[in-house]
Amino acid sequence: MRNWYMDYLAPTSVEEAVGALAAQPDARVFAGATDLIPQIRAGRPEPGLLIDLKRIDRCTTVTKTDTGWVVGAATPTSRLTEDPDFSSTLPGLSEAAGLIGSDQIQNRSSLGGNLCNASPAADSVPAMLVNEVRAVVAGGNGTRTLPVGDITTGPGKTSLADDEFIVEFEIDAPPPNTGDAYLRMIPRTEMDIAVVGAGAQITLDADGNCAAARIALGAVAPTALRVADAEAALVGNPINDDTLAAVAAAASAACNPIDDKRGTIAYRKQVAGVLAKRAVKLAADRAAGTNANGAH
Amino acid sequence: MNTPHTKSVVSCTINGNATQFLADSGGTLLNALRDDIGLTGVKEGCGTGDCGACSILVEDRVTCACLIFAPEAEGATIVTIEGLAEADHLHPLQETFLEGAALQCGVCTPGFLMAAKALLDKNPDPTETEIRYALAGNLCRCTGYDKIIRAVQDAAERMRENA
Amino acid sequence: MTMTEDPTTPGYKWVGTRPIRPDGLDKVTGKARFGADLILPNMVEAAVLRSRHAHARILSIDTAAALEMPGVQAIITGDDFPPTDDMAPGDAHQAVKVMARDKVLFEGHPVAAVAATSRAEAQAAAKAIVVTYEQLPHVLTVDEAMADGAPILHDDLITANVDPAPETASNIASRAFFERGDLDEGFAAADAILERSYTTKPVHQGYIEPHAAVADSGQNGRANLWVSSQGHFDMRTMTAKVLGMSASKIKATPAEIGGGFGGKTTIYLEPLAVLLSRKANRPVRVVMDRDEVFMATGPTSGSSMKIKMGIKNDGTITACDLWMAFEAGAFPGSPVGAASMTALACYDVDNFRIEGFDVVVNKPKVAAYRAPGAPISAFAVESMIDELARAIDMDPIELRLANAAKEGVQAPYGPVFPRIGFIETLEAIRDSDHYRSPVPEGQGRGLASGFWFNIGGNSVATVNVHADGNVSVITGSPDIGGSRSSMALFAAEEFGIDVERVQPHIADTDTIGDTDVTGGSRVTLATGKVVVEACRKIVTDLCRRAAKTWDCEIEDVEWVQGHAQHVSGTESPLSLADLAANAGRTGGPISATHAENVRGAGAGFSTQLVDLAVDEETGQTSIVRYTTAQDAGKAIHPSYVEGQMQGGVVQGIGWALNEEYIHRADGTLDNPSFLDYRIPVASDLPMIDTIVVEVPNPNHPYGVRGVGEVGIVPPMAAIANAIDRATDCRMEHLPMSPVALLEAINERNAD
Ligand SMILES: Cc1cc2nc3c(=O)[nH]c(=O)nc-3n(C[C@H](O)[C@H](O)[C@H](O)COP(=O)(O)OP(=O)(O)OC[C@H]3O[C@@H](n4cnc5c(N)ncnc54)[C@H](O)[C@@H]3O)c2cc1C
Ligand code: FES
Ligand code: FES
Repeated sequence: MRNWYMDYLAPTSVEEAVGALAAQPDARVFAGATDLIPQIRAGRPEPGLLIDLKRIDRCTTVTKTDTGWVVGAATPTSRLTEDPDFSSTLPGLSEAAGLIGSDQIQNRSSLGGNLCNASPAADSVPAMLVNEVRAVVAGGNGTRTLPVGDITTGPGKTSLADDEFIVEFEIDAPPPNTGDAYLRMIPRTEMDIAVVGAGAQITLDADGNCAAARIALGAVAPTALRVADAEAALVGNPINDDTLAAVAAAASAACNPIDDKRGTIAYRKQVAGVLAKRAVKLAADRAAGTNANGAH
Repeated sequence: MNTPHTKSVVSCTINGNATQFLADSGGTLLNALRDDIGLTGVKEGCGTGDCGACSILVEDRVTCACLIFAPEAEGATIVTIEGLAEADHLHPLQETFLEGAALQCGVCTPGFLMAAKALLDKNPDPTETEIRYALAGNLCRCTGYDKIIRAVQDAAERMRENA
Repeated sequence: MTMTEDPTTPGYKWVGTRPIRPDGLDKVTGKARFGADLILPNMVEAAVLRSRHAHARILSIDTAAALEMPGVQAIITGDDFPPTDDMAPGDAHQAVKVMARDKVLFEGHPVAAVAATSRAEAQAAAKAIVVTYEQLPHVLTVDEAMADGAPILHDDLITANVDPAPETASNIASRAFFERGDLDEGFAAADAILERSYTTKPVHQGYIEPHAAVADSGQNGRANLWVSSQGHFDMRTMTAKVLGMSASKIKATPAEIGGGFGGKTTIYLEPLAVLLSRKANRPVRVVMDRDEVFMATGPTSGSSMKIKMGIKNDGTITACDLWMAFEAGAFPGSPVGAASMTALACYDVDNFRIEGFDVVVNKPKVAAYRAPGAPISAFAVESMIDELARAIDMDPIELRLANAAKEGVQAPYGPVFPRIGFIETLEAIRDSDHYRSPVPEGQGRGLASGFWFNIGGNSVATVNVHADGNVSVITGSPDIGGSRSSMALFAAEEFGIDVERVQPHIADTDTIGDTDVTGGSRVTLATGKVVVEACRKIVTDLCRRAAKTWDCEIEDVEWVQGHAQHVSGTESPLSLADLAANAGRTGGPISATHAENVRGAGAGFSTQLVDLAVDEETGQTSIVRYTTAQDAGKAIHPSYVEGQMQGGVVQGIGWALNEEYIHRADGTLDNPSFLDYRIPVASDLPMIDTIVVEVPNPNHPYGVRGVGEVGIVPPMAAIANAIDRATDCRMEHLPMSPVALLEAINERNAD
């Protein structure tokens, strides 16, 4: 490791963590460190103080509330995927969290880290976007709650102030007749970063038509994004080949990807359409109660 | 920037033994286990979470020692490959890996054994697909995985029979 | 624990069984010591400063600030190495590879190394070394390197084996050339002729253990070196050469090796460790990070190939014209020669011309990788043969059988084949359940074959019988895949004793005689042979001792199932243990050594069959079923033979689908990690079914051929052929990644 000048702190309260963050400008919070350690090893960042969030109870507690869940931002994602209640109610979000790396990674990786690392390819983020998850942020100026979509501003960049961090996420239980799904494309079956990711949450009306739709894409733009045109193509319509084709076209059109070692612009655009369509189909099947199995 | 980073005394339980070591604040648990505590059965294949050679159990959960800061081990219960066998007998996984030739060079073996133990402890009767996904975080370049998967299946069966 | 006997090997009691390997226990309990596991008293750690440029002149290296850093014990640069002027060109290249002199030739090229009391301190000090470079234009592919006016890597590199010799330096190091018959006549006789171009990318051996070395140099000019390698004798000799030492001044001790596949047959860190230890006056350990492994070691060549082949409607291949250019990396030495020799070795072709070029580029020098070169040329030839089979509408196995090399056929590279087992591998696949079952709906089935020479070479074994009648077998061959088991099995078979009474051991360079690297699939064959011969010397000695005990002629004694017996049956038999206990009275300790440059390697062939499915909307390929048939000659320990076959196949699957070096335009490697250099993971694969074919090698006491390498030769073409049949897309470039395949599917749809 090249980080031989670092300090380590494990605060036990939100206030203590905020105080330490405020006091040392090059301090960094972390949860699973599954992004942070490889980055430090590669030479960037070089924090002077590491603040471990996992000894703050609120950051690692999962609570079921009347309206949904409150999930500590540093909770290992395996706690979510292994929770049958959470996973059956929010299968798409659970499966997205379950796609992050191996079992070894999932016993460490957190939603907070996945979001704040601000990789455009983070798997849980499109799934959080379609479930309109909110982040509870603590900082020197107190606490604020904001939509997950307002946190990341670009690759590696967030809207959080230097002395702020995410304490927990508020996740609403989905309304009736609603299903969610998240699918991603990777070259292997595991241990890859998404080349394209697509999340969907679909609510059906009594006739089986789409009453509400939320569709989001990952790895095809500087941040994960909601695709309003694709959503509009569905609402009020049945889920069929025509509307799915419209979803695919809108998703492809919404992409603003880059060429990199993981995929080309053309590939990402085309496959974003394919995955958006498949995710919508899966979410709609779930909303109709017919299919509960996502792809691995 | 060149002030050496602080060290702290960490107390934890490793392979059943109360252990204290002096941790580099920004150092990894992998380095501490290998170089300070002498548990070189824990291997480094990548140092970035990609290969699983450093797999250990922390509170019975499999993790990569290379992705844990050493001071995080305070108070933790850790099991490494050195703690898998009992004094007088091997763990069934160790037996079936040996009998089924599930290792060639053997450098991935400690990591596979720990990950497989974590799997079988929570799922005593996994399907082939479940085993393959549970072990996807462990790379083996020698075997093509075939004999590893079979050894885990055999161990699961043996453990169920003896349960 | 149990041991299964293999009922298919009548006549042998031990050979062909599957005992637990002697080193197994240490490996499942974490005790086995690999390269980086050694900690010596007073040892310090090292870090290597590497070039960030693909091609640059080193103007200056300033180590002053670094030397003042905490914990620093020693710093070395190219100036600390002996000059290369008087070295043979290959040695000079090796010397410059391990430490740059006036130029850096690839990203990752070492420019300095630091020893310090901790690795972190060594790394911090390495960062503080100031190197000024003058950047030079670089070349990354054979096309760029061979173009007119290309930047030249080595001012003195004149293409070898071209007549007349060129007068100016180029990036083409040498040319390989093989021909037979008359190409024009061959093509004229053909009913169908196809021409294709193929490319492959550099791929890494991908062993899980990074390179590591520990050295302890003394004031007497000697050094102890601990290496994780496929051949500690070679490591010692190469290290000595680049340091200007005499080889015997270095004692190299083998550690357990965490995979090599050819990539650990050459030096990288070893001379640095010896030199740093000398300068620091302390033992030094140096271990690579994974990104260093990818940037600076391995891989095998990227390539560009053009092939034209003709065939008659009855399936006879009439002519083949093959042109290849292989990336050597920064120094000459790609496996294009072996690729040329192996390209057509499966077939009996009357008219061919094979031309190959070894081309230097600004990438790491390639290292051997499992059947070096053969998988690359086989990708072209075996893809082409499948297209020809489709063109004349012939079953691909029948086509191969119609042209198959067999005993008496002259190999394209010269010698006439003795008894070989290619046809048997084709028949094994043809008769397999896999081939006989219909191709599942929506899938494609592909087939390909491959050849590898296998080699013999220098091996030495010492066998000692202890007073308790147990046996130690000492060789100099590092065990990279279970070969100690095979050595124990040979000894058990020869002595007629339980295999558990044999303890195999791999000794250091001072303890056993010079032994070649573990490579070329040679250990079971060659080291196995010397073990057998040493055992036979001892058996003769034991019979002599029994004769002495019984006061009879040695001719009256025979060795039967672990006992000396008098032919008349008058004496009660003497067991190995009896004779060992009495050794003091019958001539002293029982020990024999056999050393030999073993000849008579038997060629190995493999035929493989794959079923796969392609997601036409994403371009993703899933391997559904895989069967590999390979001629082992004789499987000494069948489990490890199967393991070699399966491991080779899976490396080939990775090569086919996802593995590649991705370079940025500036010549730096974009994917030096296992996250983005995508070797197969367990969930990518089905079980790999094996059919071990045994056509004994007539030149080996147990019929062994060697099994380590040929398994990686067919997969790329087998998978390309299956993809073609699944999608009607003929993939001519590796890897056949989802991005590449979707592009091909789009093109097909557009047509
Ligand atoms: C082998 C491997 C495979 C991976 N595979 C995937 C994959 O498939 N999909 C995927 O999306 N990711 C993957 N990742 C990346 C990583 O595991 C995830 O992004 C993970 O969710 C990060 O969580 P963490 O808790 O480990 O983050 P950390 O490393 O602890 O933190 C990441 C960043 O977020 C900041 N941060 C953490 N928590 C907070 C907080 N509460 N408030 C504010 N800032 C915070 C940290 O300062 C840091 O900058 C993989 C990583 C590895 C090593
Ligand atoms: S060394 Fe920890 S995952 Fe590779
Ligand atoms: S046995 Fe060598 S990497 Fe698995």
